[in-house]
Amino acid sequence: MANLLEVQQATKRFGDFTALQEVSIRVPKGSIFGLLGPNGAGKTTLIRIINQITLPDQGSVYLDNELLKPEHIKDIGYLPEERGLYKSMKVGEQALYLAQLKGLSKKEAKERLKYWFDKFEITHWWNKKIQELSKGMAQKVQFIVTILHRPKLLIFDEPFSGFDPINANVIKDEILQLRDEGATVIFSTHRMESVEELCDHIALINKSKKILEGKVSDIKREFKSNTFEVGLLTENSNGLYDTLKDKFNVAPADFKTIDDQLKLKITLDQNTSSNQLLTFLSEKAQVVRFNEVIPSINEIFIKTITENE
Amino acid sequence: MSNLKLIIKREFIARVRNKTFVVMTFLSPLIFVGMISLITWLATLNNDEVREVALFDETGTFMSDFKDSDNIDYIDYSSLTLNEAKDSVVAKKLYGLLYIPNKGSNRVLAESIQFYAEEAPNISILNDIEEIIASKLTNQNFEEKGLDLNVIENSRAKVSIQIENFSGEKTSKMANYVKMFFGGAAGYFLMMFIIIYGNMVMRSVIEEKSNRIIEIIISSVKPLQLMMGKILGTSFAGILQFAIWVILGAVLLVVATSVFGIEPQPTGVGLEQSMMMQENNQEEIQLLLQDILKLPLGTLVISFLIYFIGGYFLYSSIYAAIGAAVDSETDSQQFMLPIILPLMLGIYVGFFSVIENPHGTVSTVFSMIPLTSPIVMLMRIPFGVPWWEVVISIFLLVGSIIFMIWLAGKIYKVGILMYGKKPSYKELFKWLRY
Repeated sequence: MANLLEVQQATKRFGDFTALQEVSIRVPKGSIFGLLGPNGAGKTTLIRIINQITLPDQGSVYLDNELLKPEHIKDIGYLPEERGLYKSMKVGEQALYLAQLKGLSKKEAKERLKYWFDKFEITHWWNKKIQELSKGMAQKVQFIVTILHRPKLLIFDEPFSGFDPINANVIKDEILQLRDEGATVIFSTHRMESVEELCDHIALINKSKKILEGKVSDIKREFKSNTFEVGLLTENSNGLYDTLKDKFNVAPADFKTIDDQLKLKITLDQNTSSNQLLTFLSEKAQVVRFNEVIPSINEIFIKTITENE
Repeated sequence: MSNLKLIIKREFIARVRNKTFVVMTFLSPLIFVGMISLITWLATLNNDEVREVALFDETGTFMSDFKDSDNIDYIDYSSLTLNEAKDSVVAKKLYGLLYIPNKGSNRVLAESIQFYAEEAPNISILNDIEEIIASKLTNQNFEEKGLDLNVIENSRAKVSIQIENFSGEKTSKMANYVKMFFGGAAGYFLMMFIIIYGNMVMRSVIEEKSNRIIEIIISSVKPLQLMMGKILGTSFAGILQFAIWVILGAVLLVVATSVFGIEPQPTGVGLEQSMMMQENNQEEIQLLLQDILKLPLGTLVISFLIYFIGGYFLYSSIYAAIGAAVDSETDSQQFMLPIILPLMLGIYVGFFSVIENPHGTVSTVFSMIPLTSPIVMLMRIPFGVPWWEVVISIFLLVGSIIFMIWLAGKIYKVGILMYGKKPSYKELFKWLRY
C-alpha cells in the first residue's frame, strides 16, 4: 500500500532541549494512524512539523511522494489539542474566514458550510457568537472547519475531548466515513479504547524517539506471549492444578464466569502448540473456556514505555 | 483573496466594529474640546476671585497709585497703628497687608517695604505691587534730580520688530507659538496613537493566544503573515479614525474662517489691512488663522502620516512580540518599559529642547534616532527642517522597522505557541535562536 505521508529522520531542537530525534513514520493511504506517546514525548512537535508550523532542524517530510511545501497546507486539515475560536465573532463569519484561509472561495465555503451545518443541525447558530455556545458546541464548529476543505490528510489531536458520549460518537462516525471516502487520518490521543476501536496503524513515541510503529495486528502478534486463558470444570481442582503446574507455565486467571471453575493462564513455550494444550486439557477436564490472550494497545503502551524507561 | 488580505480585513472589521472604537472616534474630539473649555473656564474662575489687600502707608503718598483692579481691592489702613492693622487683617481674613514705612531716602525705602500674609502671596500680585511702587519711586527720583517727567515720557521709544523671511513674506510673532502648538500637538497625538493602537495589536495577539485559536490559524498561514496582517489591519482602523478627525477638524476650520470672515489665502493686502486695524480680539484671531493657513499644512499632514505609520509600525511590532510572549495582559507590564521610555523621552525632548531650539544638536540627534524620531521630527517640521535631514530620518526609521519586524516575528513565532511560561528577557533572547 502506498504511503500518503512519510516523515524521514525528523529532528527538532529547542535550544538545548531535543523535542524530536530522528523520528520516521510512514502513514499508509486510507489508514487511521494512531500517534501515541506520553505527555511531552514530542507528538505535538511532530504534528506541527507535518503542518509546517515548525520546521525540522534535520529530516524531511513527504506528502503524496512530494517534499512538503507551503501549497500542501490546503491538503491538510488539523484539529489541534489546544483549540478555540474568536469569542466575539459570529459563528458563521469565522467559519467562513477560517475556510477562506484554507483556500476556499467565499461561495464554495458558504455552500459547504451550509451542508455541514444542516447535517449537524446547527444552522441556527450561524449568527450566534462563540461565547454564547457551550464548549461542545464550539468543538463541532471546529470539527467542521477542519474537514471543510476536504483535505487528503486529517490530523486530529485529542478530537473527543470536550464532547459528550453521544456527540463523540457522531464525530467518530464522521471520521470513519471520511476515511471510507479516501481521507487518511492521523489520530493522537491518550484514550486507548478509541485507538483500539479506530486505528489500524500506530506509532509510539517516547522521550522524543519513536520506539514502535506498524500495523496494529502485526504489533499485537509481536506482543502476544503465547498465553491462553482456560476455564476447566473438574472434581479435583487442586490435583489438576498440580499436574498442570508440573507440565506448563501456569498462573491463576481472573475472569467472570457463572460456574465455579478452575481459572488459569497458561503460557506455552515455542515447542508446544495450542492444539496440544487443548488435547491435553480435554483429557483431564471439561474445557468451558479456551482463548488466546491478545495484549490490548493499552498494555502494549504501558509495557513498552516502562521497558523504555 | 490572498490570506494577508483576509487577515487584514478581519482585523480591520474587528477593530472598527468594536464599540469603544466608535465611541472614541466621535466622542474624543468632543472630549478634547470639552477639556479645553473646562480648563479655560477654570482659569477664569480662579481670576474672578477678588482679593483684598490692606495698605499701611506711613509716607501717605502711595494710596492714590494703588487703583483697584479686577482682581485686587486695596483698602487704606494707614489711620491705624501697624499692630492694629495686622490684627484687623487677620480678623477680617484679608489677603495680606502691605507695609510701606517712612524712611528718609527712596533707596532705603525701596528695600524696607514688607508684605504680611498668612500664606505665601501670589507672585503676579507681588509683581504688580512691586511695579507700582518702583514706577512711583523712579518718578520721584527723576523729579528730585530735576528732570521733566513729560520729557522723559515722550522720549521713551517703543520697539516692535517686524518678522519677515528672505522671500519677503511677513509673519507675526504669533507664528512661532502656532508652530509650537502644531508640532507639539502632532507629536503628542502620535504618542497617544502609538500607545492606543499598539495596545490594540497586543490585545489582539493575546486574545488569539488565550482563545487557543492561534494554532488553527497558523496551520493555514505563516505567523509573520498573521502578525503583519494584524498590524496592518489595526493601522487601517487608526487611519480611518485619523481621517475622520481631520475631516471634522477641516470642517471646524472652515466654519471658523467663515465666521471671522477672512480669505483662506494669506495675501499681503489682507495683512496690511489687518495691521492698520485697531488691536482687538477679532484681529488677533484673524492673524492666528492666517498663521495657521500659512503653515505648510500639506507637508505637515503628509509627514504626520509618514511618521505616524512609521512610528506605529516600529512600536506595534514590539507590542505584537510582547503580546506573543505573555499569556495575559497583566503579564505584559514588565515589558512595557522599552516602549514607554523612548516615547516619554521623545515627548520631553520635544517639549523642552525642540521648542527652545528646533535646530540644535539635541533636537537634531533625537529626530534621527528611530525610536524617538517620529515624535521629535514631527515637532521640528513646522519650524522648517532641511529635506535631507527628513530623508535620513525616514531612511533610518524604515531600516529599523524592517529589523524590528524581523526580530518581533521571531519572538512572535515562538511565543504564540508557548503557554504557561512567564518569560524573562533572557528567555526571549533564547527564542531568537530557535
